Formats: sequence, C-alpha cells, structure tokens
Amino acid sequence: MRHRDFAAFIWPSALAMLLFIALPIVSVAVQSLYIEHDQVLVTAENCGPFGCTEETRVDTAATAAKRIEEPLGRFNGLGTYTNRAHLAINEVSAILSDNRGFGDVVARVMNLPFYKALSFTLLYTFLVTPLAMIFGFAIALGVNRLSRSLKGVVIFISLLPYIVTPLLGSLILYWMINADGVIGATLQFIFNDPDLSLKASPTLTWITLIVYGTWHMAPFAFVVFYAGLQTLPKDTLESAMIDGANRWERIRYVVMPHLTPLATFVGLVLLMDNFRVFEPIIGFSAEAHATSLSWLIYNDLTGQVNQMYGSAAATSILTMLGVIILLTPILIRTWREFKRKAH
Amino acid sequence: MSEKIGYSRPVAIGSMLILGIWLVLAAFPFIWTVWGSFKVEADFFSRESFWNAITGPATQRQTGGSFTLDGYRGAWVEREFYLAAWNTVIVTVCVTTISLFFGTLGGYALSRSTRNYTFWILIAALVFRAMPHITLVSGYLLPFFEMNIWGHLPTAIIVLVAINQPFTLWMLHSFFKSIPKDLDESAMVDGCTRFQAFRLAIMPVMWPGVITTGLFSFLLAYNDFSVTALLLNQTNQTMVPKINSFLGTIQTEGSIMFAVAATVSATVPLFILVMFFQRQIVSGLTAGAVKG
Repeated sequence: MRHRDFAAFIWPSALAMLLFIALPIVSVAVQSLYIEHDQVLVTAENCGPFGCTEETRVDTAATAAKRIEEPLGRFNGLGTYTNRAHLAINEVSAILSDNRGFGDVVARVMNLPFYKALSFTLLYTFLVTPLAMIFGFAIALGVNRLSRSLKGVVIFISLLPYIVTPLLGSLILYWMINADGVIGATLQFIFNDPDLSLKASPTLTWITLIVYGTWHMAPFAFVVFYAGLQTLPKDTLESAMIDGANRWERIRYVVMPHLTPLATFVGLVLLMDNFRVFEPIIGFSAEAHATSLSWLIYNDLTGQVNQMYGSAAATSILTMLGVIILLTPILIRTWREFKRKAH
Repeated sequence: MSEKIGYSRPVAIGSMLILGIWLVLAAFPFIWTVWGSFKVEADFFSRESFWNAITGPATQRQTGGSFTLDGYRGAWVEREFYLAAWNTVIVTVCVTTISLFFGTLGGYALSRSTRNYTFWILIAALVFRAMPHITLVSGYLLPFFEMNIWGHLPTAIIVLVAINQPFTLWMLHSFFKSIPKDLDESAMVDGCTRFQAFRLAIMPVMWPGVITTGLFSFLLAYNDFSVTALLLNQTNQTMVPKINSFLGTIQTEGSIMFAVAATVSATVPLFILVMFFQRQIVSGLTAGAVKG
C-alpha cells in the first residue's frame, strides 16, 4: 500500500487519537507541574472603640482574577509529586528512619493516601486476574460438556455479569449485601451475628470488591477459553492417544499448549482492565476502606470547594507510569516477535 | 470429543456443580433486583426478613397491590430520567457510528500496509487502550473549561470516539486481516482505485466484523461513567451518572427505589442486546485472541 493511500485512510482515526489521547497526556504532564494559586490575603486595620486590631481576610475578587489570568496556577516543579498526597518522600523517609519493625512501617506507609490506593489497586489487579481466569476456565470446561440445546441459554446467563454497566452491577450487589438486603441478612443469619456488616472492616470491604471483580470478569475468560476448547486439534489428540499418552499427558502436551496463547491474551486484557478499577469503589461506597489510583484522580477532580487539577494530574502521570511498567514485558515480547518476522 | 480427552465421573460431577453455582451467581442478582424494583423501600430493604422483598407485605399496605410502579414513576417522571435516557441514545448512536466510520478506514489501512509504521501505530494503540480513562479526563477538564466546550454532548461524543479508537482499530484490523488480499488487489487490477476497492469489494463481506465491533463500541459508550460523569453538565447527563446523582442527593423515603428502578431500566436494554447479538459478542471477545 502506498504511503499516500495509507495516510488517506488512517488520518481521521490517527487525528482523533492524537488530539484526544496523546495531547491530553501532554496536558496532564504540564498540569502536574503547576499548583493552584494561593488565596490573595489582604491585611486591614480594623479600628473600633477598644483600639485597633489587624485583620487578615481573603480577597475573593483578587483571587478569582488571578485564577482567570493564569488558569494553570503557579509553577510548582515536582513539588506535587513529592508532597504528602503523592509519593510523600519526607513522610516515607521519616518512617524508614524511625520505626518499630517491618509491621509498623507497612501500617504507617499504608496510611498515606497514594500508597494506600496503590496497594489496593495492585492487590486487586493481581488477585482478580488469576481468579477470573481460573473460574472462567472451570465454567468453560462445564459448558463444553453440555448438550447443544442448553449451551445457548447457559452462555446468555454467563455473559450478564460481564455485559452489565460496572457502576450499575456494583450497585445491584451493594444493595444486596446491605444489612437490610438479602445477602447481608443471610450472612448475619449464617454467622449468627446481627452486627455483621461487609462495609464495616477494611478486610471485608477488600474481599467484597475482589469477589465483585471476579464475578464481573470471569465471563470474559470463560468465553475465550470456551472458544479455544472448540478448536482443539482433534488429529493431534487422537495420534497422542495412539502413541499411548494417558489423560494427564494429553492435557499437558496437547490441550495446554493449545490454550497458552489464549491465556496470555486473557491475562493481558484483564490486567489492563483491572488496573483501572474505579466504578466498584463508587458503587459499593467503599472509599473509607479501599481506594484506587483512578478513584484518587476522580476525587481530586470532583472536589467540593476547588478542583485540584495539579494533584489529579500528578496522580495520573504516576498511574500512566504504572501502566507502562505493567505492559513492559508484553511490549518487549511483541517487539522481539516483530524483529524476528522482519528478518 | 470431550469424553475422550478427560472423562471421569468425579471431574464431570465437579464441573457441573461449579457450573450450577456459577449460573445462580450470575443470574440471581439481576432477577432479585428486577423483582424488587416493583416493591416499596420497606420491602426491598426490609429490616425484618428478606422474604418481605418476595411477598411484599408493605407494598400491599402502602399501595394496595403486591406490585407497584412508584419507583419507575418517581425516576422517569418526577426526576426526569427520560432526559438522561434520551441523552444516552444520542451519545451511543453518535459514538458507534463515528467510531465505526473512522475505525473501518484505519483498520483497513493497517491490515493492508506491510510497512514498519503499522506496527508502531498498533503498539501505540495498545498502550492507549491500557490508559485508565480517568487519567485522560484529568487532562481534558482545564483545556475544555478554557475553550468553553465543557458540558456539551458533542464534546463527550468526540472524546468517547477517540477513547474507543484503539480498541476499534485492533478489532477491525484483525477482521480485515481475515479477508484475503486477493479480493481488493484483483479489484484494483480491474481498474478500481484503492478507495473503490475498499468500498465495493471489501466492505460487502465485512459486515459481520463491523456489526461485532459496533456492538463493543456501543457497550463502551453505554457503560462509561468516568467520561460522562466529569465532562457533562447537569442537563446533558446520561443515564449512568444520573443514577449516581440519585444516590448523592438527600435520601427521602422511597428515593432509593428511584435509583433501583432507574438501574433496572438502564440494565434491561443490555439484556435484550445480549439476547439478540449473543453470537456476535462471543465472536468479538475471541477475535483478538484468535489473531494472537
């Protein structure tokens, strides 16, 4: 294909991605170096019958004018990155130099908002991804045994948790695990504890969110693995049987190699989708015990008084770095394959 | 086939058991919520027993029947949920159409060019696909406020189209790859230009791929929360942020049932979609995997 033809076909798509994905990344990087203006303070002498007092107050008009003049705020360098709400360099080094053992360090670092969100995001990503794959594979094995007439209905029902809007799916489950809801009431009955609430403790909240994530993502793994099972190489399986391979050897040397590329694909997509975990935290109102990187950004952007663009941008840049680190092994692998094909 | 590769009774019983539990887990929350949305709050969130949500004694007392449309009336009429539903229709239809238009052109180019830059564009698309949407939103807000385009539907639509592009490109690229090159090349030998070959020879056989990709573009726009919640103003809100705002307002008796009814109203169209397009959704989910 000629360059000119290629350009003629690709430009609408490339322009859209350039303007609304690449440029915003630049805009985020710039914003992260700035911070909101301080409020303009004026000191006035207030003289009354009991003498004069100096009074400091906020000059609202001047502050607003400054905001309109320089909407980005004032230059702050990397200050936002190192402050307490982000990497918290000072706080972390203070904790590291003065602590009472490893447990103390972990507990105190986990109190810093960024590290709290980061640890939940990573735990969620690396628990939900394998759990969804295992459950998805188990469901695929089960569906594979069903008769043809049942498969359609079963696949339809299985797709529902994946297709539902994440925020609405988590709301539906949240209403059910409420102390007044059916699951919450049943759990209280089973454990014979009328005060049991899944919302009360951090551990239970984390478990709830991870269970929700698995419920939401397992159907995706199921569908891909199920499609893989449909295309098993029949001939290879039969010749392996003729060569005397037992059941385990057939699974180990024929079925598993056949499914490995699919598992890589599922794992990659799940990692990308789970790392941006956000809606369930809103849906389950879990922000008191569990926050994620995406939630931190949302929280900065929807601030009650002022939107903290600088802070949100710094978290965004750190999140993007996280995505890049997460993708590096895959990018390197793809690059090697590409080089091999090119030669 | 499956009998041959690993049949044994315990395994068979075990996997049927897992499947049975899974089906209950997958279907029960939806059945429960749809049923409960026709009850009053005192039944759906009953302090005494969850049986009340099934039989509905409080609904009987308060409304005189065992089912009530109060939740739906409150959401759709009183809180004007129909405006949000209409906005959702506009957003999803526009996003799907524009995404497919840009995506088919781009995906075709990527599948037919053998040069190095196609690889780099696809890799960039993969990295963009992995970016959490909210990180991009934090880049839009300030410039959009400055340019005075914040809050309008077209802004959200074009942003969703762009966010959709990486995924759409990958999927359509793999669908185009499965169509033999001979088809358009022979059309060009017969005197078509590149664009004519694309439109007359390739597009007629691409419809299944386009429909599948369109479904996923639709789902992305329909299910989005981070973009629509932050880029649209109150009057232009779509359904998902609207439901979230139901929850934020002061809780009056029964207003939680507005949210339940609205959630059911927003979820049922998805069920109907799956019912009709199940085969396309399954093939779409596996399209990326088969290509490897």
